[in-house]
Amino acid sequence: MPQDVAHLVTAARDGDRAAFDELVRATYAETFTLALRLTGNEEDARDVVQDAYIRAFRGLSRFRGDAQFSTWMYRITANCANTHMVKRAKHRHEVLDEANPIADDRPASDPQLQADATALRSRLTDALEDLPPKLRQVVVLRDIYDLPHEAIAAELGISETAAKVRLHRARKKLREDLFPRRVEEAADAV
Amino acid sequence: MRCEELSDDLAATADGSVLLGRNERRHVERCLRCQAELVQYRKVLRAMRAMRTEVLEPAPGLLSDILANLEAAGERRAIRSMIQGHRAAYLGGLAAATAAGAAGAIVYANRARRVRAAS
Repeated sequence: MPQDVAHLVTAARDGDRAAFDELVRATYAETFTLALRLTGNEEDARDVVQDAYIRAFRGLSRFRGDAQFSTWMYRITANCANTHMVKRAKHRHEVLDEANPIADDRPASDPQLQADATALRSRLTDALEDLPPKLRQVVVLRDIYDLPHEAIAAELGISETAAKVRLHRARKKLREDLFPRRVEEAADAV
Repeated sequence: MRCEELSDDLAATADGSVLLGRNERRHVERCLRCQAELVQYRKVLRAMRAMRTEVLEPAPGLLSDILANLEAAGERRAIRSMIQGHRAAYLGGLAAATAAGAAGAIVYANRARRVRAAS
């Protein structure tokens, strides 16, 4: 944990409100980035970030300090995003269907042309947005933010096995989306 | 061995969480399709990890909204703890008064017993 953040955490835990505000200033953009990646929607991400800091403020006395403050905030943000999305889904009467296949309406292209890392990153961002929320949450938390399966399962309220299954399905979908097989290859495989 | 049988393990192999067995390794070494799939998983994982350092700038106003919400939450908490403090003081006073009353009654009963015994 960076020294200044560690000092701010200690001061905030001792009841220093200004220190907590400073912590928010230092970390809110990063927290917003995670929230946006989890929800795929800026308006939802803003709500999630606000909830996350309120929860962090109320639960700061429980933060043991042996983990990074940022990791602790990731977990809180993941939990808030999950709650937010479940509420939203209920409100809209939508079913978050993991099995719903994602149609690839982009033309098949040559994988060699996609090798450029910058292009891949931009397409990856789009592919992540296209993933079903339940798959996106897991792959973002595991592969971008490096949270262990156990923490992901705990924050999303699922079993570790379910988290691993979702991760596998998300990675597979991302790969298929980013590197679609050419028509002739697919025909050869049949 | 068919490529489909191996497909599930390739992603986990790319991130190092699974090691392929001898037969699987031998298949991948000879199979261009599985090799390509493995390379693709590695590229996806590398790109994902690179996103870790990327920070997306929120629209203006988010910071002030968060701080205002925290302020409101802090005030609510202060009011709640004040109410709880008053409640605790009230209950404490009530308990002290009850204890004093009980002690007085015991002293009075003892004294009455002693007077009765002396007469």
